[in-house]
Amino acid sequence: MIAFDFKYIKPTTAKEASKLFLNAKQKGNKAMFYSGGTEIITLARVNQLQTDMVIDIKGIPECNVLEIRGNELVIGSTVSLNDIAKSKLFPLLGDTVQRIADHTSRNKITIGGNLNSELIYKEGILPLLVADAKVKLAKGLEQRIVSLESIFKKQLELETGEFLVQIIVDKSYLDHPHMAKKRTKISKVGYPVVSVAALVKECQIQIAFSGVCQYPFRSFKLESVLNDTKVPVMERIGTAMQHLPEDVVDDIQGTKAYRTFVLRNVLKDILEELELTK
Amino acid sequence: MNSLSKTSKQLIQLHVNGETHDAVVRSADTLLIALREQLGLTGAKRGCENGDCGACSVLINGKPSHSCLSLAVEVIDQPITTIEGLMDSPVSKAFVDNWAIQCGYCTPGFIVNCHSLITTHPDANDELIEEWLQSNICRCTGYEEIREAVHTLLASGQTENE
Ligand code: FES
Ligand code: FES
Repeated sequence: MIAFDFKYIKPTTAKEASKLFLNAKQKGNKAMFYSGGTEIITLARVNQLQTDMVIDIKGIPECNVLEIRGNELVIGSTVSLNDIAKSKLFPLLGDTVQRIADHTSRNKITIGGNLNSELIYKEGILPLLVADAKVKLAKGLEQRIVSLESIFKKQLELETGEFLVQIIVDKSYLDHPHMAKKRTKISKVGYPVVSVAALVKECQIQIAFSGVCQYPFRSFKLESVLNDTKVPVMERIGTAMQHLPEDVVDDIQGTKAYRTFVLRNVLKDILEELELTK
Repeated sequence: MNSLSKTSKQLIQLHVNGETHDAVVRSADTLLIALREQLGLTGAKRGCENGDCGACSVLINGKPSHSCLSLAVEVIDQPITTIEGLMDSPVSKAFVDNWAIQCGYCTPGFIVNCHSLITTHPDANDELIEEWLQSNICRCTGYEEIREAVHTLLASGQTENE
């Protein structure tokens, strides 16, 4: 049971949602945007999160879109992980999100919620980073479209009162050769020891990682090392390990040595398979 | 715009098992709490309340959902099916026939999930069955019998109430 009370509001426009948030803040109250709500409910139940108001953005039509529009795939932030996988519109994204949590939970977890998660994994972002996705954000009367990469610095850096409305992926990325690999400690359902999504664009592998460091990342430096086909695969992987953005995670899910071992093997599989497609 | 106040309880309507019920809830009450404490539908069980065990599973819009991970106020406009709405269903019978019940605590969640699986995918293969069943935990570890119940049902082709 959640021990504290909050106000629940379900607006029907982005403008309204943002206004509610800012009004609450002005009055000294805390508001949160609510999509699938799984993380908010679980954290609130154990008092790791407090809020005076939740603003359910599932009532906003723009947030529920999942379709090809012209040359772009548009994914609303409140679309569930199962609906994304079932649509088969972006197979790499489908493969990746299908391994997050369990099937029943994926009916509730949304892509926007996954990207904004408090957890370090946020695996849904990996295919979007490698596909150079853009995001549509709303705040007050304003909406802006920016590259995901430009606002993802360890986590989504949104302005106060701003929220994720849509994710936009250029259609040309949807059917590139790709691979998603997730390794967990024991069971199939679980947090990743290592999770990787990669695709090949113009003979170059674009690759992003979760479970390796304290946040998901894509590194251009690391990609250029991995794509240097003049160098033998294992040597490239060895060099790539020196270009990780920070220390490898060392926790109960996997020691640093174990994660590094798994990462090396995953990279080997990915390079060997994707290089055949170049 | 739906708006429910912060402190006072509110009267809402929930559409459960084909009937509309009144419930008095706080915004912070989960669907699990509303079903059990307001509607007296105690089939959905309180297990982890964390989305991990599946004991609280119900169908929201025909899809299996953890009722501990939805707010009651969030689902006022959606059809909900609980285990009480699946009485005498082919899945329930298959669980009995295949001895897929020991202590029974996980059983409502499993039956609800399996019902959705076989009605959505009457041609489900082993991989799909495993993917769906991973959402529920049986502390008595009766997984083999549960899997058998699903297989028997799929083989019989009797996936809906007749
Ligand atoms: S009680 Fe809901 S998943 Fe365990
Ligand atoms: S029958 Fe006892 S928990 Fe499953």
